[in-house]
Amino acid sequence: MGPFMAVFALVFLAPIAYSIYISLFKTRLIGGTSFVGLENYQQALTDPNFWDGLARVAIFLVVQVPIMLGIALLAALAIDSGRLHAAGFFRITIFLPYAVPAVVAAIMWGFMYGNQFGLVGNINEAFGISIPAPLGPDWILASIGNIVTWEFVGYNMLIFYSALRVIPSSLYEAAEIDGAGQFRIIRSIKLPAIRGALVIATIFSIIGSFQLFTEPSILQKLAPNAITTFFTPNYYAYSLSFNGQQYNYSATIAIIMGLVTMLVAYVIQLRGMRKES
Amino acid sequence: MTTLQQAPPTQPAVKRVKRYTTTPRKSITLTLATGVILLYSVVPLFWLIVNATKSREGLTDSFGLWFADGEFLLFQNIAQTLTYNDGIFVRWFVNTLLYVVVGAGGATFLAVLGGYGLAKFRFPGRGAVFAVVIGAVAVPGTALAVPTFLMFSEMGLTDTPWAIIIPSLISPFGLYLMWTFANEAIPTELLEAARVDGSGEFRTFFQVGLPLLAPGIVTVLLFTTVATWNNYFLPLIMLKDPDWYPLTLGLNAWNAQATTNGGEVIFHLVITGSLLMIIPLIAAFLLLQRYWQSGLAAGSVKE
Repeated sequence: MGPFMAVFALVFLAPIAYSIYISLFKTRLIGGTSFVGLENYQQALTDPNFWDGLARVAIFLVVQVPIMLGIALLAALAIDSGRLHAAGFFRITIFLPYAVPAVVAAIMWGFMYGNQFGLVGNINEAFGISIPAPLGPDWILASIGNIVTWEFVGYNMLIFYSALRVIPSSLYEAAEIDGAGQFRIIRSIKLPAIRGALVIATIFSIIGSFQLFTEPSILQKLAPNAITTFFTPNYYAYSLSFNGQQYNYSATIAIIMGLVTMLVAYVIQLRGMRKES
Repeated sequence: MTTLQQAPPTQPAVKRVKRYTTTPRKSITLTLATGVILLYSVVPLFWLIVNATKSREGLTDSFGLWFADGEFLLFQNIAQTLTYNDGIFVRWFVNTLLYVVVGAGGATFLAVLGGYGLAKFRFPGRGAVFAVVIGAVAVPGTALAVPTFLMFSEMGLTDTPWAIIIPSLISPFGLYLMWTFANEAIPTELLEAARVDGSGEFRTFFQVGLPLLAPGIVTVLLFTTVATWNNYFLPLIMLKDPDWYPLTLGLNAWNAQATTNGGEVIFHLVITGSLLMIIPLIAAFLLLQRYWQSGLAAGSVKE
């Protein structure tokens, strides 16, 4: 325990404390750095760029996370049902995209989305149509959602599947005797039994959505008009400190996002647990 | 890894339960329906393999999901990827390996110690420690990145491998997995029996605890490896010198070369490089699947 906590303190606690500390200061061109209390926080709460990014992440989260977890759950139930040919092959293959780094996934999908030598260009050419450009401002969020879904469906599927595997067989036998059908078994036995895994997967997906950065930052070069420097709050914080040198304000945005994330994760966890009892 | 192989065969914490008194009939319809999800997962990977065989011109001229006519340049592309710009790709690969071996290896070691400690020892403040560590999972990368960057640059650590390795050493998720796994896999009575027999805490840990933890350790090791191997954000802010780049940053730099003035467009190398980058991880997952799947099963059910 000791060694873990020592390193943990260095790379987690110290930066967080430092982050909070610098968020209370402001550096001005004239007058240098001075203590401003909560002024940065006030500024953030009225910053349209921040709200813009937060709203975008919220939409993303409400749409992408259920779709992704839904597909993952369907796949897990199908593989667990024992009615699938070559179930083991399905399990490992659907999981494979998880081994693809987000950078590679974003580059790859970016190529496929492109008109030049991407699949979208191919489809348009082959059918003489023009489907909307995935990298245009209207579709970029959905396109990013698709990349993230692709990356993590298999991972979540495996979490659900592992939880399904440890349901004691006596439950199924009892259900069989009672004449319960497959769907009844899924609703009354399987889903309640894996609620813990569902809650955990939801929390991790939400945390991931709030931290959205890699995919937009890679696609930014392909879609400079669609992805702004404040596309997501995380991206905004990054742009502020590494392009704008506004470290204090950037730290403030990051802290607010950390609080929002923890709050949402906490609420989900509470709700998930309450249903159980 | 050698310790794992030497470990005696262990009982996985979660045994596969035998299910259904009768084997259910296989369903073609269900197989086909699930096949849609399978296709969704593999088509992009297939695209990657196909396009790694094309020249830069072939990428634009041919259909994306099939090989270009009379052109199979996979091996030329691989050779060019490895030698382009004085073999910088190989350098990036070695850097990535360094970060993974030291960073992910260290993270796993610390997670195992920490998880075992949290699960098996009662000490004051244990609950608080756990809450803080789990809370840390939710802290966004940037919240840490900016201050860590400023701290590290004061210490003169930015633009060195340490800037990547030190933050990689902590994996709150790994600790969490290890904690749940240790709870399930190591009966406390076993430890007490060892203590009664006069075994010291360290000996107990290495001889009784470690072998039982093996599937969990493989799981955590794989996940920390993925995290380090895929890490992009941290190197992005910490490193300026391309000589220390990991593959993620290097590939992105190659990709961005097309949009910079006077940069050579090398999309075919980006694609081949991407393929080369994902092969080791996929191989690791396939080779070790027996271990990590049983470890994951235990980690995912308890909370």
